[in-house]
Amino acid sequence: MKVSSPQPLPGDSNGHKVHFRQIMQKLGPLFGLLALSGVLTYLSPYFLTMDNIMNVARQSAINSLIALGMLLTILTAGIDLSVGSILALSIVLMGIVVVKLGMSPIIGIIVCLGVGVLLGFINGVTLTKLSLPHPFISTLGTMNVARGLALIVTAASPISNFPEPIQFLGAAFLGPVPVSFLLVLVVYGIFHIFLNYTTVGRYIYAVGGNPEATRLSGISIDKVLIIVYTISGFMAALGGLVLVGRVNSAYPLAGLGYEFDAIAATIIGGASFMGGEGTVWGTLIGAMIMAVLRNGLNLLSVSSEMQTVAIGIVIILAVYIDVLRHKAAAKVKA
Amino acid sequence: MEEDLLSLKGVSKRFPGVLALNNINLDIKPGEIHGLVGENGAGKSTLIKILTGAYSCDEGQMVCQGKHVHFVSTKDAFLMGIAAIYQELSLAPNLSVTENIFLGREMRYKGIGLLNYPQMTRLAREALTELGADIDMGKPVREYSMGQQQVIEIARALIANAKLIIMDEPTSSLSGREVRILLDNIYKLRQKGIAIVYISHRLEEVLEISDRITVMRDGCKIATMDKKETDQEQLIELMVGRTLEEKFPQVTVERGGLALQVTGLNRTGVLKDISFELYQGEVLGIAGLVGAGRTELARAIFGADKIDSGSVAVFGREVKINSPRDAINEGIAFLTEDRKGQGLILMHDIKFNSTLAGLKRFCKFGSFINTKSLCKEVEQLLHDLQVRPANYNIVTRLLSGGNQQKIVIAKWLCLKAKIFIFDEPTRGIDVGAKVEVYNVINRLISEGAAVIVISSELPEVMGISNRIMVMHDGRITAEFNRSEAAPEKILKAATGGINHESKFTPTIAG
Repeated sequence: MKVSSPQPLPGDSNGHKVHFRQIMQKLGPLFGLLALSGVLTYLSPYFLTMDNIMNVARQSAINSLIALGMLLTILTAGIDLSVGSILALSIVLMGIVVVKLGMSPIIGIIVCLGVGVLLGFINGVTLTKLSLPHPFISTLGTMNVARGLALIVTAASPISNFPEPIQFLGAAFLGPVPVSFLLVLVVYGIFHIFLNYTTVGRYIYAVGGNPEATRLSGISIDKVLIIVYTISGFMAALGGLVLVGRVNSAYPLAGLGYEFDAIAATIIGGASFMGGEGTVWGTLIGAMIMAVLRNGLNLLSVSSEMQTVAIGIVIILAVYIDVLRHKAAAKVKA
Repeated sequence: MEEDLLSLKGVSKRFPGVLALNNINLDIKPGEIHGLVGENGAGKSTLIKILTGAYSCDEGQMVCQGKHVHFVSTKDAFLMGIAAIYQELSLAPNLSVTENIFLGREMRYKGIGLLNYPQMTRLAREALTELGADIDMGKPVREYSMGQQQVIEIARALIANAKLIIMDEPTSSLSGREVRILLDNIYKLRQKGIAIVYISHRLEEVLEISDRITVMRDGCKIATMDKKETDQEQLIELMVGRTLEEKFPQVTVERGGLALQVTGLNRTGVLKDISFELYQGEVLGIAGLVGAGRTELARAIFGADKIDSGSVAVFGREVKINSPRDAINEGIAFLTEDRKGQGLILMHDIKFNSTLAGLKRFCKFGSFINTKSLCKEVEQLLHDLQVRPANYNIVTRLLSGGNQQKIVIAKWLCLKAKIFIFDEPTRGIDVGAKVEVYNVINRLISEGAAVIVISSELPEVMGISNRIMVMHDGRITAEFNRSEAAPEKILKAATGGINHESKFTPTIAG
């Protein structure tokens, strides 16, 4: 599994091979990222400059954060379609509290993250307690509700002029490094530990792998799912906070389509749509691949329309490679 | 000499690290029933997959109806008249009987290309009538029992003009009467000149039906014999490569205190007024026909299903069990019949699976897992249970049935469970590994655990239990001590005293 790197027991020949394959599984997306970067370095002299790398790091931050929440839902064989809308409602409410009502930025941030947590929690509760057949439905509902509310409370107009502390996460730099990217690294580190070294983290993998076996092992699936969707909501709001810092504006149509970027990042990063398989670092690489691709195509002056086409192809290609890998693994099994 | 329908010469198949098939020579004659037996992992499945084109062989030749063939897909094999019917049936449950029978080979009206339902229905009905089945062609397949669905699959093979039908464990989920019907149909197929390769763990069945029997072990063909030349003892010996001295190892354990007391348990339509006791240091066997309510009883005690009335006391203390978690907190473990579906998370490794239920034990600082102590414990468990290879990083999907069962047991040992409920603990496990599972059960009771074993294999129930309880139609109909138990008595109680069909097709009493 993905836990640490335990040594195979002595005198066991099988251990090495299994281990090697697991490493390859982890590194597959990384090779993809390196290959892509190699090609772009060759095509554009500007690509491999410090400025540009930091630019990519900054651009990937929001998607990286949201994708991490998405990863949890996908690990449980679920999905969260509402992240983009949750992001929008979180930040416009923060805007109202801070800009319109003039409250302290701290309260604004609490409101922003709190709204994310609340909506995520609602996603989890409606999914489990109303026994909705699939999270696609509960989060599709929330997606519409939250987007509608964001439009209503702002009367469809953006809110600008946020105070300094709120902009810190999205706009500040530590030397050449954007704070938002440092945040991503820290959060990813925390999630790595959470998923691999805590009971709830392991249960998330178990639920996605085999819900019935998990239930019969005495684990409350409902609780795990509620935690997962709550975290996903929180991550969407955190992404929103970074977005506000970057553009100094909270607008009700923010985050439109972000759910698909997040899903794409997790899938490119090797997570299985069937649940139970996927890692945080894979997801990070998936988000980086998407950012590098967009950045590279920009440098090569490819139109944004063509970029969208390219991203679509990359998604299918990445999953196809994953399918091939699984086929190879199945052959080994038999 | 009669020409072989299919012959294999020196067929080998290699997977990374394993030689799955080693130089197999095999010939199948037209219209013969050819039994194929071997322990799990002997290479039977790989061989079938080669025959049906799911795999292609690395070395060797295949000659089918006089032609050299090299199948690269199941379609190739199918076109040569080779069809397979698997343990898990492969029909589309939502489509009608006719649609299933003609799936992929639909007949169309000439010219317009629309489906010719009247003709398909007529042909399908003819095939089914020939097989003695009374089936409404328009109904969706899911409305039929496993046995009927199997007949539909056979009809499908007939319509496709199959010359060889491979049946993989065809009786594993059939009732006694359905087994009879299947065997009759197999004889009918033989009369039509169709050859059958019949794979089953139930040796008596294989011995009854086959003309010739091939035994496989460790990827090699050990022998092909005429039915008349062999018997069950010899088959087992060839399969395991040694004689099984002790099919049911015994230990003498003093019966201890009351572990579990169930009083007046009811679940509408399923369980009726069930009361019994279970003591430490004993194995209580529960016998009965499929559908008698044995699994349902286990699930009710374990909190997986709700009960309507009744009480459960654990170690003398009455407890409320509303969920598996409650049961686990009381030290009750439930090892389901369906290991892959309900016991293991197949995509994950041994370490993950064996500690899933007991994960909280390895936590420090709240809910952080101490990986080091966890690994150490898993190592110990693998050693105690003799899991091979003893590498906890192996994904459980790759393990044999016996080892998978051991991992499920490890999961509950890790939780320090005191009461173990095993549902069909050796189903699908090969003969040698069964004994190891029995040894583990013996170890459990030696260490003071209380064990319930639900089993449809009569020799197994009788061989390992201290006491035997028989269920019929949701009730307990009899209880025997080991010394008083006899197959006829158990069967009588299992059929509610009336002597009709029995599900106890004798199996390998491993």
